[in-house]
Amino acid sequence: MLTIKNLHAGIEEKDILKGINLQVNPGEVHAIMGPNGSGKSTLSSVIAGKEEYEVTEGDIVFEGENINEFAPEERAHNGIFLSFQYPVEIPGVTVTNFIKTAINETRKARGLEEMPANEMLKLIREKSELLEIDRKFLSRSLNEGFSGGEKKRNEIFQMAMLEPKLAILDETDSGLDIDALRIVSNGVNKLRSKDNAVVVITHYQRLLEYIVPDFVHVLLDGKIVKSGGKELALELEEKGYDWLKQELSV
Amino acid sequence: MDLKEKLVSSFMAFEGQIDVDAPVHEIRSEAIKVFEQKGFPTKKEESWKYTSLNALLKNDYTVFPKEESALQFQDVKKYFLHEIDSYKIVFVDGIYSSYLSETSHEGLDVCLMSAALSKPKYRLIIDNYFNKIAPKDDGLTALNTAFSREGAFINIPKGKVVEKPIQILHFSTGKESALMLQPRNLVVVGENAHVQIIERHQSLTENPVLTNSVTEIHANRNSIVDYYKIQNDAQTASLIDNTYIAQKKHSHASVHTFSLGGNITRNNLNFYHLDERIDSTLKGITIIGDKQHVDHSTLVHHAQPNCESHQDYKGIYADKSTGVFNGKVLVDKIAQKTNAFQQNNNILIDDRAVINTKPQLEIFADDVKCSHGCTIGQLDEEALFYLQSRGIPSKEARALLMYGFANNVLASVKIDEVKKRIKKLIAMKLNVNIGFEL
Repeated sequence: MLTIKNLHAGIEEKDILKGINLQVNPGEVHAIMGPNGSGKSTLSSVIAGKEEYEVTEGDIVFEGENINEFAPEERAHNGIFLSFQYPVEIPGVTVTNFIKTAINETRKARGLEEMPANEMLKLIREKSELLEIDRKFLSRSLNEGFSGGEKKRNEIFQMAMLEPKLAILDETDSGLDIDALRIVSNGVNKLRSKDNAVVVITHYQRLLEYIVPDFVHVLLDGKIVKSGGKELALELEEKGYDWLKQELSV
Repeated sequence: MDLKEKLVSSFMAFEGQIDVDAPVHEIRSEAIKVFEQKGFPTKKEESWKYTSLNALLKNDYTVFPKEESALQFQDVKKYFLHEIDSYKIVFVDGIYSSYLSETSHEGLDVCLMSAALSKPKYRLIIDNYFNKIAPKDDGLTALNTAFSREGAFINIPKGKVVEKPIQILHFSTGKESALMLQPRNLVVVGENAHVQIIERHQSLTENPVLTNSVTEIHANRNSIVDYYKIQNDAQTASLIDNTYIAQKKHSHASVHTFSLGGNITRNNLNFYHLDERIDSTLKGITIIGDKQHVDHSTLVHHAQPNCESHQDYKGIYADKSTGVFNGKVLVDKIAQKTNAFQQNNNILIDDRAVINTKPQLEIFADDVKCSHGCTIGQLDEEALFYLQSRGIPSKEARALLMYGFANNVLASVKIDEVKKRIKKLIAMKLNVNIGFEL
């Protein structure tokens, strides 16, 4: 589904990603772990197409197509979704209005008719129940004044509405209390299928107890330095990243 | 001959067309002298520093409207709020169109200024209210007063809640190669009365139009007046809107100005507090591009204690457009416990766009709450990426952000059809096909 080959990327002449290779297949869950500043968020932004990052070398191939030059919305239309670490506050645009626009613009790009209003409302109701989101919340301005947990639940709600092929969850666990973490990961798990894939970017092992990965990759200084199964996450939790740094320098 | 000379020398011809024995004629004669002395404002005047009328004054305007031009309702229907029942006072090239209008004398007066100025039964009301709050020393207002003959006359008696909004529409057909209009409106709202008014000026051709409009509004005790100005005129049409509102005890008056089109638009909006416990609301959305220019010059004169004023103007400027916000709040020494709030937020879409924003607070009382804030910025790139990553294309994402930015101002619009219409006009202006609904 997603193939990243020797990806180098940076911002204003500063190299951040220094040769990433990653293969994600349908049905898989990958976790990317690493300390602060290792390039985790850059990787997710680059996959989603954030324009301030420049890809200097390598390819991002999604569903057989090189998407290096695709605008963020085109990547979304092709089925890539990024759950933001810091969802942006958009005053004056309600959650409902926003999600409705997102869905209909995506449908338009795929050559489909707009979703009928009653169908839309039904879908919104269904997905907001999944994420235990209060109806009143949907008529508030997007992310404005939301708590950390509300913002993250809202991200997963959008994911549920848009049904992406590939979901990248960037530090979705940060700022979540245990209840919110359960709701969010329960939501993600319910959306998993053999046809879609999830990339979980996280600092800690905690989230991976709820969303169990098939593969764990460790990102250090812009490179994936070690890959393994879910037990690698536990090892990292126990020994810390310094252990890996030492092992590598040996 | 320049425009000023032409206007002054036309006054005699104008006198030939009207009843010079009417009491208001003395007011007109005084006013033409003031205009002769003051002329048109220039950029040398502080309050006109950023708005130049020079280019407009070069046109050879026809200054008197002639006979009525026929317009079919179908051709202009889209400029009306036709989805709702309303009173309508419609002018075509400055002449009243009875065909397009729907006036009334049943329980209220929704009719013509020409009738109010000439009929004896309105004598008292004209004596009491006409040209009472419009300043005597302002050149443009004096010019309008001198040629005041036609416009809307709205008189709401005590206790009357007017169920239907009143629409005032001015069309120009381009029959003249260039046309100058001087509409004069008078709105008198009695005690405990409530009225909603929507005003729009629309040129139907490319021929230049310059409208110098004066509206006087008297909100008597406990009354509620909501006024909506929809400004989305042709590129060759310019408007100088002079609106003066005098409020009495416990009255609430609001003016929403939506400036989305036109060549040069200058809004002089003035509120005067004549008593205590008054509430004034001044709100605006400006979205312009090309070389359009919109100037909001507001004044709220807090002359009595315990009153409130709320100002909120949002502006979005693209291309080489220019904007001005000059918001003056004057709080007299006796106006203790005043609450005066002012906000002006602007987004510049283009490096070439310019906004001049100037809050001007003159506070002489010591126990007041006055705040003001103005911001100038660009669209947030992070927010743009967020929307795009959800599949909303760049152009639509920008439009959504701009709509969200301006949206606050729409919250206080009380007529749903006005709200819908403005949303539609904003979508058109931003060239996107998204209904900002739900």
